[in-house]
Amino acid sequence: MTRKQRRLTMIGGSLAVLAVAAALVLNAMRDSIVFFSTPSMVAEKHISAGKRFRLGGLVQPGSLKRGDNLAVSFTVADGSATLPVAYKGILPDLFREGQGIVAEGALDASGTFKADAVLAKHDETYMPKDVADALKKQGHWKDDYGAKPSASAAPQPTQGAMR
Amino acid sequence: MIAEAGHYALVLALALALIQSTVPIAGARWGDIALMNVARSTALAQLLFVAVSFIALVSLHVTSDFSVVNVFENSHSMKPLIYKVTGVWGNHEGSMLLWVSILALFGGLVAAFGDNLPLSLRAHVLAVQAWIASAFYLFILITSNPFLRIANPPIEGRDLNPVLQDIGLAVHPPMLYLGYVGFSISFSFAVAALLEGRIDAAWARWVRPWTLVAWIFLTLGIAMGSYWAYYELGWGGWWFWDPVENASLMPWLAGTALLHSAVVMEKRNALKVWTILLSILTFSLSLLGTFLVRSGVLTSVHAFATDPTRGVFILLILCIFIGGSLTLYAWRASVLKQGGLFAPISREGALVLNNLFLTTACATVFIGTLYPLALEVLTGEKISVGAPFFNLTFAPLFLPLMIAVPFGPLLAWKRGDLLGAAQRLTAAGIAALIAIAVLWAWTRGGSAFAPLAIGLAVFVIAGALSDLAERTGLFHVPFGTALRRARGLPRSTWGTVFAHAGVGVALIGIVCETTWNSEYIGMMKPDDVARIAGYELKLDGVTQRQGPNFREMVAQFTVSLDGQRLSAMTPSKRNFTTRAMSTTEAALLTRGASQLYISLGDTAADGAIAVRIYHKPLVLLIWFGPVLMAFGGMLSLSDRRLRVGAPKPAKLARGLQAAE
Repeated sequence: MTRKQRRLTMIGGSLAVLAVAAALVLNAMRDSIVFFSTPSMVAEKHISAGKRFRLGGLVQPGSLKRGDNLAVSFTVADGSATLPVAYKGILPDLFREGQGIVAEGALDASGTFKADAVLAKHDETYMPKDVADALKKQGHWKDDYGAKPSASAAPQPTQGAMR
Repeated sequence: MIAEAGHYALVLALALALIQSTVPIAGARWGDIALMNVARSTALAQLLFVAVSFIALVSLHVTSDFSVVNVFENSHSMKPLIYKVTGVWGNHEGSMLLWVSILALFGGLVAAFGDNLPLSLRAHVLAVQAWIASAFYLFILITSNPFLRIANPPIEGRDLNPVLQDIGLAVHPPMLYLGYVGFSISFSFAVAALLEGRIDAAWARWVRPWTLVAWIFLTLGIAMGSYWAYYELGWGGWWFWDPVENASLMPWLAGTALLHSAVVMEKRNALKVWTILLSILTFSLSLLGTFLVRSGVLTSVHAFATDPTRGVFILLILCIFIGGSLTLYAWRASVLKQGGLFAPISREGALVLNNLFLTTACATVFIGTLYPLALEVLTGEKISVGAPFFNLTFAPLFLPLMIAVPFGPLLAWKRGDLLGAAQRLTAAGIAALIAIAVLWAWTRGGSAFAPLAIGLAVFVIAGALSDLAERTGLFHVPFGTALRRARGLPRSTWGTVFAHAGVGVALIGIVCETTWNSEYIGMMKPDDVARIAGYELKLDGVTQRQGPNFREMVAQFTVSLDGQRLSAMTPSKRNFTTRAMSTTEAALLTRGASQLYISLGDTAADGAIAVRIYHKPLVLLIWFGPVLMAFGGMLSLSDRRLRVGAPKPAKLARGLQAAE
């Protein structure tokens, strides 16, 4: 086999694998990507029941109800709209009313968001970034949500001011 | 005083790095031996000063000197000593200092043990190391100085994030950094080769052990991080396809490819240009990982935009080094001579296939990690790319690779015999088929995918063993002879066997854990019994306890199997007063390679406690596999060929130069 033939075989093989990989990626992009919404975006966009998405917002104070066998329901609000959420399982350590959360799941026929995962990160002032950005965009951001950024991850621009 | 000394040492290290980046290169240009030798002494002195700086920060943390911002923000006088030490790198500034310390360590090692390198190559390599070091010293001194003082020192510190107060922090980041930063050596060698326009098998023989060292640490570091997340986060998950995890997986994939292509280069003097490119890409991915984790871009694109100093600085370093090295590559790669020929079906061909699949798999991880960031920056739309994406892209690319793994070592260099290799793998194939059949019958239905995947894993493990049997002539010659032959085999052959078997072992663990994992979630009161996978777990009671810097609620469980008491398990929930945070400490009970896992949730008003119990069959194999891989790497590293490795002519040439 000459150098040229070898090179052609290798290039051909590589292109074949890359084409397969590209097809896989595009296919996965279509099916498995989850979009992020807030309750008001849900109201605007009319997301169909059964379509998975991530819901972010603040847990409305007084809305948390615990049912039998770890069933929980609460309402997520973003200032202009609310959405009821149902979940079964153990809530994260930092789940509290009034706190920002992100839940992943889908709407059911009655318009309740059935969550199969609820995320709230391990830090008492942590606001999930999607929630914070969405709230800021809508003008519901209060500065005290982000007053103390987490020490290890977030940059601390004004070290002098924190003394 | 200590803080100032540490700061000053760091500045001196920067000055030394600047000298080391320029003088040796000039020396190499002019052929001046004295100037080229400057690299050696500056690299060693740099290591000394960085070490001084690092030790200074450690002692500040240990003595709880809260007049230093970094200590105040991340430490507490009541914190146990080990976490005072590990807390040094549990924050941004300290972890960057650890990063440069390890970089200086690798530079120092090349300087100390590089006596048998051609002089100009050593000068170039150390100069490139110093470029990287200078960039990161500047980054630390300008944007992330860990030695800043507070004018009015507070009495008490803010404590370390409780999730990080774990032995995992002592092991995981240093290991990971030894891996990440270790790849800087192969990068420096690649750039040096491009600068010199010369590359040969001796070059590969030099690069391979360094790559191997970095790869071993990265493998162990990733495995350790995964186990840490598994027991600390309380969710029982061990891999989340989180961008931070992907940031360490990408250099690992590229590094694994590099390890294999370096073999081709060393043995057959082929794939030179590709090996150089892989060296550059591997370290570029390490830099990208550093950028993703350290710039804050993952925490919030928004925070990145409002306080861009750090992020932009690292981004700049990233662009200069990746862009610069790739430009140099495009410009100089054609100078390098082409290597030997080989047929597609050959050991070389198999290793090319390995590289092709590993780099493509790495590319899919790259897309999955960066696409959401790019989309958010460009359109503001937020998406999350999680496990489903990677299951659909990464997994299908890894399957053909796994099938090919046992064939590689059985093919001959230059021109292989696929049919012969397949014949020699018959036993492995039969073992795989038996495993599939037995599992199919035993699990009765369920996922059809799981027995097939385990069959594949058995094939990989049995394939690695067949290679060994083939080489020793086991079953063909008397056992004693086979044993003697086994002892005579090169250590690198044993390394290959262990590393490849490790892949199969990890796959078995992954499949078993994801398929036959059972879960119990419920509210439990004292004397309640939970049943899972044949085990009975009785909640005996809940007690409160005071720890050094936390209060904890401990639940006592008695575990029994078939009415026989096995052991007690005590999961707990800790409350850290300083940060008003709580963490969940899961309890683990190991039975063979399987584990029972209990973590606690909220307490209800009536005293019942939410409990999450998992039974995870063969879960430990997930981490045992990487340990086997790393062990294989160490065996390979101890191979005589690599230790003696240095080319004789180089020594001779140096002797002649010295005589001039």
